[in-house]
Amino acid sequence: MVDYPIVKTTDIKAAVDALKQKFPDAIQDDTRQGYGGIIVDKNHLVEVATALRDDFGFDYLSSATAVDYLGISDHMEMVYHAYRTAGGPALVFKAQTPRDKPEIPSLINVWPGADFQEREAWDLYGIKFPGHPNLKRILLWDGFDGHPMRKDWQEAYYEEDHKPFESRWPGGWVHRAEERNIYGKNVKYPADFDLSKLSDTSEESHYADLGLGVSVQKLADESHIKTDRLVVNMGPHHPSTHGVFRMIVTLNGETIEKLEPVMGYLHRNHEKIGERNTFLHNMPFTDRLDYLSSMGNNLGYALAVEQLLANGARYQPPTYRAECIRVLMVELTRIVNHLWAIGFLLNDLGAFFTPALYAIAEREKILDFFEATAGSRMMCNYMRFGGVFKDLPERIRGEATRVNDLVRDYDTMEFLTELINERLPRSIDELDQYLTDSEIIKSRTVGVGYLSPEMAIAYSAAGPLLRASGVPYDVRRADPYSIYPELDFDVAVRYNGDIYDRYLIRLDEMRESLRILKQILPRLERTRGEAIFAGNKQHTPRVPLGEAYGRVENPKGELGFYVVSAGDEKGPQNPWRYHVRAPSFISLTALGPMCIGHKVADVVAILGSIDIVLGETDR
Amino acid sequence: MYGQGILKGLWVTFRHFVNTYVDDIRYAGRKYLRQENFAIRQGLKAQGAFTVQYPDEKLAVPERFRFTPFLVVNDPDHPEAPGDDWCTSCGICAKVCPPQCIWIVRGSDPTTGRPVPQPEAFFIDIDICMNCGFCAEFCPFDAIKMDHNYELASYDRTSHHIHDKQYLSRPLSYWKTIAPTTALEEAVARGGWEHPDVLKAMKKAGQTAVTPTWDNMFTKPEPAAKPLPPAESADEDPAKAERLRKREEALARKRAAEAGEPAQPAAAAVEASAPAPAAPTADKPKFDKQAMLEKIRQRKADKG
Ligand code: SF4
Ligand code: SF4
Repeated sequence: MVDYPIVKTTDIKAAVDALKQKFPDAIQDDTRQGYGGIIVDKNHLVEVATALRDDFGFDYLSSATAVDYLGISDHMEMVYHAYRTAGGPALVFKAQTPRDKPEIPSLINVWPGADFQEREAWDLYGIKFPGHPNLKRILLWDGFDGHPMRKDWQEAYYEEDHKPFESRWPGGWVHRAEERNIYGKNVKYPADFDLSKLSDTSEESHYADLGLGVSVQKLADESHIKTDRLVVNMGPHHPSTHGVFRMIVTLNGETIEKLEPVMGYLHRNHEKIGERNTFLHNMPFTDRLDYLSSMGNNLGYALAVEQLLANGARYQPPTYRAECIRVLMVELTRIVNHLWAIGFLLNDLGAFFTPALYAIAEREKILDFFEATAGSRMMCNYMRFGGVFKDLPERIRGEATRVNDLVRDYDTMEFLTELINERLPRSIDELDQYLTDSEIIKSRTVGVGYLSPEMAIAYSAAGPLLRASGVPYDVRRADPYSIYPELDFDVAVRYNGDIYDRYLIRLDEMRESLRILKQILPRLERTRGEAIFAGNKQHTPRVPLGEAYGRVENPKGELGFYVVSAGDEKGPQNPWRYHVRAPSFISLTALGPMCIGHKVADVVAILGSIDIVLGETDR
Repeated sequence: MYGQGILKGLWVTFRHFVNTYVDDIRYAGRKYLRQENFAIRQGLKAQGAFTVQYPDEKLAVPERFRFTPFLVVNDPDHPEAPGDDWCTSCGICAKVCPPQCIWIVRGSDPTTGRPVPQPEAFFIDIDICMNCGFCAEFCPFDAIKMDHNYELASYDRTSHHIHDKQYLSRPLSYWKTIAPTTALEEAVARGGWEHPDVLKAMKKAGQTAVTPTWDNMFTKPEPAAKPLPPAESADEDPAKAERLRKREEALARKRAAEAGEPAQPAAAAVEASAPAPAAPTADKPKFDKQAMLEKIRQRKADKG
């Protein structure tokens, strides 16, 4: 382990004060209403960031994202959230740049984890990052016109800036959007874009720096070189990529010399949609991010908006019962997700579907419970600002369905008790017995895809990926939320940083989740019948001005929502900025370095051990 | 010993394999033969893997299951206002709908042109509906509910996937059939099985509505003091129309802001529903499950 400077974990203010002394000219407090943190002069950004990392122990860059303040103060800004892996809240710092020539120095040399996030900011906002070695679009394609997250950019089906749209009520004569926007007319290209590139299958820009200048024909003619580097596209349509995801790998024989992930095939500009939406509208949209863990996504977003609401006068935090139910849901979600991750990791190793099906058998039972409680198995849409959708149902199956579903008619608490005390532990133990000692699995995974703790932190890896590398960092303990402080559980940690440890840590985490769930059950009994909302459930709360960053330890890692409420003095209904810090996306930054030197078959397993979901990666 | 781990794993596979057939042997093949044994295969106690033979067999969905929304209307055998809409075209569902797939044309009086609390047209574009359930959750009149029918495939999406009012309308008894517990909770919160406006009118006229219980779920509604406002609303209309007109003007003045009046009933309804769960529990001892099941079965059979 690295030697971390000993710091008082919660003392952000002391750090800021010391920083101000060190850089008296470069740092200002962010005094806007509802904002926190500091604004750093962009010319000193790199020095300040280096000092933050080296002198103050903020070694982990969680999120870096852009905001466009068109019409408010007409500048763009980058917002950074840095943490100490020793724990504690974020230090938020920002750098501002004029809109007409947006440029902010790259922090990639301070925190390599800024790589993809800066590329995303370039792609969606058009902010240039001098110093970034590979600043090209990441979610969109080269022929895309403009930078869509800018406030003045309008999408093909643009109707109004904000929902709800005027045309829906009271004069809502229906039309289908596509009738007004015939296919073929909704694509714009940049003025200088060479359209012939569209039919050019060579995709030179992707391969430009991959050493492809070699003419294979010439080599064959001269026939004195027997081997050459080979570039292979894995994906986008490949069963091992867990969706539409592509890796361009340069091979030397079977060995990987370079790997570049290409993503964005599932990009739908979730964040732009989110800024058109009202605050509540976004809740079901978060389900579609990491669609295996929708409850966790819901919670992260609810926490962010609740932080903002808490600045207002009329907000009441969730009741104790609501918090218990929230924890129950997200911990079950963690088990769901890890069962899935382990099952599909085995698929990736070539054990096709038998382990996966054994693993997800119990998942079905949990989904039954979600369905009975939230109304849907995967798109749960369950959390609300200040509570949850509804209390647990009395029975898993209702009166109506008893006719044709006699067998699932259980008392909810009985069902949960059986699930948590009997079925889930049994099935996790069985998985353990089934896989852990297998020599085949060990020989495929031990020592493969090594990620050192220093690298894991530098690349902003999160969740099981980080903890399997020996960094015991878990948001539930490092920066606790909900009722986690009163619950007894350990942060699982493993030290070898290879695929095998990433598998083991998921088993550990499921067992820790069970420990939490066992503590939740009596709390649920005790609070039975209590209200789940302290105040009223509102559909269009006026959200006080300000910014908030809600983060949760989602099964795949730290999921953060950066939400800004701005514009309308009376409290807007729509978020000005809605950013998702997606663990699947950021953890991929480390994929390339992890794969170098391994065989091509290992790539699939290494990717599987990160556990990504493309709904969240591409957003 | 090398290979031990693999053998351990194979033992688990073998156990799974055998378990699949344990029930087959135990029930000597009857497991698949009789419709009732579907229950055995589905159960928590069942061993091994089983397959639900969709579409011949279907898993039952729980009450809160949500697919696309439908509009609640009065039962066809309602004494005064058979088939009347519950929707008052207040527009809240259209506002809270995240993908904005609800389109409502508010009704207006043909002679005066003033708005009346009844939708002239109501559309839901189910291609766009994300099945979130917000419309049902926030409707202050319990007028829109989530349906359980998930088999909506059709050959032509351009002509079949915008559901209009006629298609969307289902009688209240349908809702009671698919979600009796929820329907009862809601009725208790409203204070009767009738539309909230009718209940309000009854209260004004000094009548008390029958307390909703399991037993009177499918009995015919008591004659109300006044018919549903949309049907014949001359006497209370001026005030209401005035209010609506004022709101229209206010809306026109500041387009961006809304909430305001319609939010109030929503909040009130939610507030009122908080203590609701207690009521059905209190009724529980009286509840004759067998009779209830019989009723529901009958309903289902009637529907074919
Ligand atoms: S919220 Fe209810 S009453 Fe209002 S328009 Fe929608 S369905 Fe009708
Ligand atoms: S379920 Fe959701 S998406 Fe569908 S109509 Fe209702 S509010 Fe709209």
